[in-house]
Amino acid sequence: MSKQRILFISFGQFGSDFLEKVAAAVKSEFGVPVGFDINYGVLTHFYDPSRRQYNANELIKFIHEKYGNNGAKTIGLFQVDLFIPILTFVIGQAVYKGNAGIVSLYRLKNELYGMKKDENLLFERFCKEIIHELGHTFGLTHCTSPVCVMRSSTYIEDVDEKNARFCASCKKQLDQALHEEPS
Amino acid sequence: MTNAISLLIVDDEESVRDSLYNWFIEDGFTVKCAENAKEALTMLESENFDIILADIKMPGMDGLEMHRRIKTLSPEAIVIIMTAFASVETAVQALKDGAYDYITKPFDPDDLSHLIRNAATQIEQKAEAENFKNKETNLENIEDIVGNSQSMMQVLKEVENVSQSNSSVIITGESGTGKELIARAIHSNSSRKFFPLVTVHCGALSEDLLESELFGHEKGAFTGAMFNRKGRFEIADGGTIFLDEIATISGKMQIELLRVLETKKFVRVGGNKEIKSDFRVICATNRDLKKMVEQGTFREDLYYRLNVVNINIPPLRERPGDISLLVNYFIKKYCTNMSRDLISIEPAAMKRLEQYDFPGNVRELENMIERAIVVGNGKEIRLKDLPMKTNAPVDSSESLSELEKKHILQTLNKFDWNISRSAKVLKVDRVTLYNKIKKYDLKNPNGK
Ligand SMILES: [Zn+2]
Ligand SMILES: [Zn+2]
Repeated sequence: MSKQRILFISFGQFGSDFLEKVAAAVKSEFGVPVGFDINYGVLTHFYDPSRRQYNANELIKFIHEKYGNNGAKTIGLFQVDLFIPILTFVIGQAVYKGNAGIVSLYRLKNELYGMKKDENLLFERFCKEIIHELGHTFGLTHCTSPVCVMRSSTYIEDVDEKNARFCASCKKQLDQALHEEPS
Repeated sequence: MTNAISLLIVDDEESVRDSLYNWFIEDGFTVKCAENAKEALTMLESENFDIILADIKMPGMDGLEMHRRIKTLSPEAIVIIMTAFASVETAVQALKDGAYDYITKPFDPDDLSHLIRNAATQIEQKAEAENFKNKETNLENIEDIVGNSQSMMQVLKEVENVSQSNSSVIITGESGTGKELIARAIHSNSSRKFFPLVTVHCGALSEDLLESELFGHEKGAFTGAMFNRKGRFEIADGGTIFLDEIATISGKMQIELLRVLETKKFVRVGGNKEIKSDFRVICATNRDLKKMVEQGTFREDLYYRLNVVNINIPPLRERPGDISLLVNYFIKKYCTNMSRDLISIEPAAMKRLEQYDFPGNVRELENMIERAIVVGNGKEIRLKDLPMKTNAPVDSSESLSELEKKHILQTLNKFDWNISRSAKVLKVDRVTLYNKIKKYDLKNPNGK
C-alpha cells in the first residue's frame, strides 16, 4: 500500500493550503513522506452533551480502527474541543508507540483568549502539537529541555515557550525509531 | 520526565486507568495499574512505587482504610488521592492521615501536572540527598554551550553553583554570546526543572501589551474570550522567568516589576483576584545596568533585587581557543538539520576564523557556518565560503600599533595568558612580551 510513514486525516473545515503547509513542516522535521486525506463523516456520536466536548479516547479508537492497518502513524486533525474522561480538556493525544493520535486546533486560537487573531502563530502552535504527538507514537516521552518540542505542554502558553523542533537527544532517539520501524 | 520514577494507579474505572496510564507513560514514568484496593495492596507487598495515585471511593474497601494500609506497606510512597467533587471531605481526612495531596475529578490538566511535578521534584531531591557523597558535577542540557577555555569553564562553574540556589541572577555579556543558553542551563539544573522556563523578550513588547503579557487577563476583559489568559508570571509558577533585555523596560514597568518581585503576587488585567506565583527570576542584558542606575535610567532598588548573582559571558574574541570547537559543533548541527553528510573545513578557513574578532560573537560564527554549508561545495568549508574576503585580519582604518595590540591580546587569550607559550608563538622573548602588555595596558579577562 502507501509508502507514507505519516498520514493526516482532517475532520472539519481546514483550508487545503493550510494542511499542505502543515504537512511540509512535519515532513521536514521527520524526513519521511507525509500524506493527507479528508474524512467527511459527522462526529455526533463522539460528542458528550453534558460536557459539550468531544471524546478524545473514542476518536483515537476510531482512527486506529479505520486507518490503523496501513502502517502509517495516523493523526486526526480537528477543529472541536476535545476531552478525556479524567481531564477537563486536551489539545492533543496519542497512543504511545502506537499508530494513532489526534490534535485539535480549538484551544490554540488566540481569539478564545481575548487576543488578536494570528494565523501564523496558530499554524506554529498546531505544528508543534502535531510533531509532539507524533513523537509519542515513535516512542518519545516528555523532555525536560525547556525548548524541545517534546516538552509537555498543557496550555497554549506552554506551547508558545517551546520550539517546533526536537532537541539533540530526542532527535537521536527519533532517528533510531525511524530506522527500526519498517516502512 | 524522568526514567526512575514508578507510579501505581488505583481506580475501578477502566477509562480512567487507561487515560492516566497513557498520560504518565508519556511523561516517562514506569506505570502499573490496579483495579481495586485488594489488587493494589497485593502488588504493594512485593513491589515499591514512588507515587501511588488512588481513587478514594471504590467498591470493596473504604478509601481511608485502603490509604492506611498503603501507608503501612509503603510508608515512603507519595500517595495522591483522586476524588469526585462529592467526597472531598474524605479526601481531606486522608490528608490528615498523611496523604500527599488530593485532586478532584475531572482534573484540570495543569493541576495534575503541577501535582506530579511537585512530587517528582521531591523524589529527586530525596534521591540526590541520599547520593550526595558520590554526586558528580554533571550539568544537564548544556550541549549547546560549547567551549573548554578557562573563562567558559568558570561560567559553567558559576551556573552549577547558582542553579542550586533560588537567587536572582543577572547574565551579562555582549549580544550574541548566548545569554539565553545560560539561563536555560541554570533552570534545567535547578530543582525547578520540571516546571516551566518562561522567556520574556522585554525589548519586543510594547508597554500596553507588556502588562497583559506579564500578568494575564480575565476572559471578561475582552469580548469573545472563552478562556482566561495566563500571564508569564503565572505560567512560571514553580519554575523560572527569564527577562531578556531587561534594560529596555520603561520606568512604569520597573515599578510594577519591583512590586511583583517583592510580593510574588499580582492581579490579572480585568480581574480582582490576587494570584500568587512562586518563580525565580533570571535577567539578561548587554548594557551596563550599574551605569544606568548612576545615570538614573534604571531604578536602583530594582537593580539590587535582580543583581544578587552576576554571571558574565566573555566575548568570543577573548576565548579564541573555543572557535574550532564551536565550528565543529555548528557543522555537525547544521549538517544534521539539513540531513547532509558531515563536511570538513579547510585549514586556511579555520585559521581565518580563529583570527577574526567576531563583534557578533557566537551567533555571528553560527550564522557564518550555516551560510558556508549552504553556499559551499558540500564536502568542505573553504576560505571563499566565508564572508571575509582577505586572508589577514586587516582593517585599513587601524594603525600598525592597534593591529599589534589586537594580535598580542588574541594570542594571550588563546593560551589563557600563559606568557611563555604566547611569547613562543609570537616569536618574541618573554621580557618583550611583558613590555608590550604594559605598553598596551592589556588585561587578563580572568583577572589574574
Ligand atoms: Zn505529550
Ligand atoms: Zn527533547
